Amino acid sequence: MALAPPITDIEQLKPHPALARLMEAIPAAVQAAKFDRDELTVWIDKGSLREACAILRHNPDCPFNYLSDLTCVDWYPSEPRFEVVYHLLSISKKERVRLKARLHGSSTAIESVTSVWPSANFYEREVFDLFGIRFTGHPDLKRIMMPDDWEGHPLRKDYPVEGYR
Amino acid sequence: MPQLPASLAEPGQDGTLVLNMGPQHPSTHGVLRLVLEIDGETVVSMRPEIGYLHTGIEKTCEAKFYQQVVPLTDRIDYLCPMTNNLTYCLAVEKLLGLEIPPKAQWIRVLMNELTRINSHLVWLGTHAMDLGAMTVFLYCFREREDILRFFEMISGQRMMTSYFRIGGVALEPPIGFFEKVKKFADRFPGNVDEYEGLLTGNPIFMMRTKGVAHLSAEDAIALGACGPTLRASGVDIDLRRDLPYTGYENFRFNVPTSDGCDVFARYVCRVQELRESIGIVQQALAGMPEGPIKADAPKVVLPDREKMKTQMEALIYHFKIITEGFSVPAGEVYQAVESPRGEMGYYIVSDGTAKPYRVHMRGPSYANLQTLTKMCEGRLIADVVAAIGSIDIVLGDVDR
Repeated sequence: MALAPPITDIEQLKPHPALARLMEAIPAAVQAAKFDRDELTVWIDKGSLREACAILRHNPDCPFNYLSDLTCVDWYPSEPRFEVVYHLLSISKKERVRLKARLHGSSTAIESVTSVWPSANFYEREVFDLFGIRFTGHPDLKRIMMPDDWEGHPLRKDYPVEGYR
Repeated sequence: MPQLPASLAEPGQDGTLVLNMGPQHPSTHGVLRLVLEIDGETVVSMRPEIGYLHTGIEKTCEAKFYQQVVPLTDRIDYLCPMTNNLTYCLAVEKLLGLEIPPKAQWIRVLMNELTRINSHLVWLGTHAMDLGAMTVFLYCFREREDILRFFEMISGQRMMTSYFRIGGVALEPPIGFFEKVKKFADRFPGNVDEYEGLLTGNPIFMMRTKGVAHLSAEDAIALGACGPTLRASGVDIDLRRDLPYTGYENFRFNVPTSDGCDVFARYVCRVQELRESIGIVQQALAGMPEGPIKADAPKVVLPDREKMKTQMEALIYHFKIITEGFSVPAGEVYQAVESPRGEMGYYIVSDGTAKPYRVHMRGPSYANLQTLTKMCEGRLIADVVAAIGSIDIVLGDVDR
């Protein structure tokens, strides 16, 4: 089975309920979209990400009411360095979509989505702990895996694997 | 050690007491610390403290070849190693665009369901023991022993099996294996009757579980509950049926749900799942196809031992895979499967090299743990034990 080439044309991807809704509500915030390996990824401007999540959460036709996963990827040394990744699931329609927001290494703050999905609480704490992304508006943003007095953020690519010398 | 915030560290405020339950507490099923603020016997607030078992597996994965990550995945949720293997292998196969032969898929379904039974048996035994029913534990572990013997037969290991590999499964099942599983599958529904006879309808068990740790459907979805915890709140979702993978669309099974929203409802759902799983095992045994157990992809799948000794290409491919790994086309996938605890997802980012750029495991226990606070606040401290048991967490999966 050969891999089909990814589709990046937004017009062509319009039939997907998530992208259609986002293009209708906040077209300016949608930066790019990609359909690759049966999965849709939408890049959202980091300032509108919480709004986009709320729109999809309350989308009447296909409510993405379940936050499957929230994580981050570090593309050090290129900039914008961080990509915060949100995996949403619509329990009623069995649809998935992946939202992504790019963050510069110099301003690692993004609005928290705990007001949309309370389940984001632990995930955002984990991303804060291991990547050092600050989620503004999070009720209890502190380390979750590492000890409170730990220095650095272990999953960053510039974190030395054998510890600081 | 993490510092307690001042508001909770000072006991006696408004007459409440701060109590640390765990990390060394038998009913927390691992190293989980619950900071409880109690007023008499009532839990005023609860905060789970985790991270005691954090091993940095996600970071370790970034330094390994794709095929070397498989044994690491066993160690995440150590009660369902095959489900972890399956999720990881499916994700990498999706990245590669690899087609898996039918026999390998059916063996995967068979072993995955045996793993589910294994995991549910451990849950049932320990949960019942937490609530004072010792006998069930002994009965459950009797059947679990049989399943662990099957694992040893097929993979050589009882717990950390690493049996599923990228492109198929590691070994052909030994002669007589399917017959033995068949015998077990014929007998097992009777065993489930036995457990149910001890618990369902038992007045003590009912009093400890009915109406305890209530979680409404809205709260369950908002707090990210998954698996039987979500289904026991009346939300009908099972990834095996709704977003099928590895050939689950060929099997017929029911998805047990319940509107009870309490510990008893979760118990009922899981016990029903035991019966459904053994039904899937029977179907897998009856319809097991013939054919290869590994995909036809010499650059990814290790060659047979026999071929390596007789064919030069096979030897070269073997050497290349072991020393250099295999490169995976750049891209990203999120693959989720229905583990015994709920949605287990692997998010893998490839940058086109032989090592994954980023591997993230979405653990179902981590998601379910968030519901615990909602279940326990305002309830009695004795119900905390029942609530922890009912969400069936594995701390290896929580902390990774």
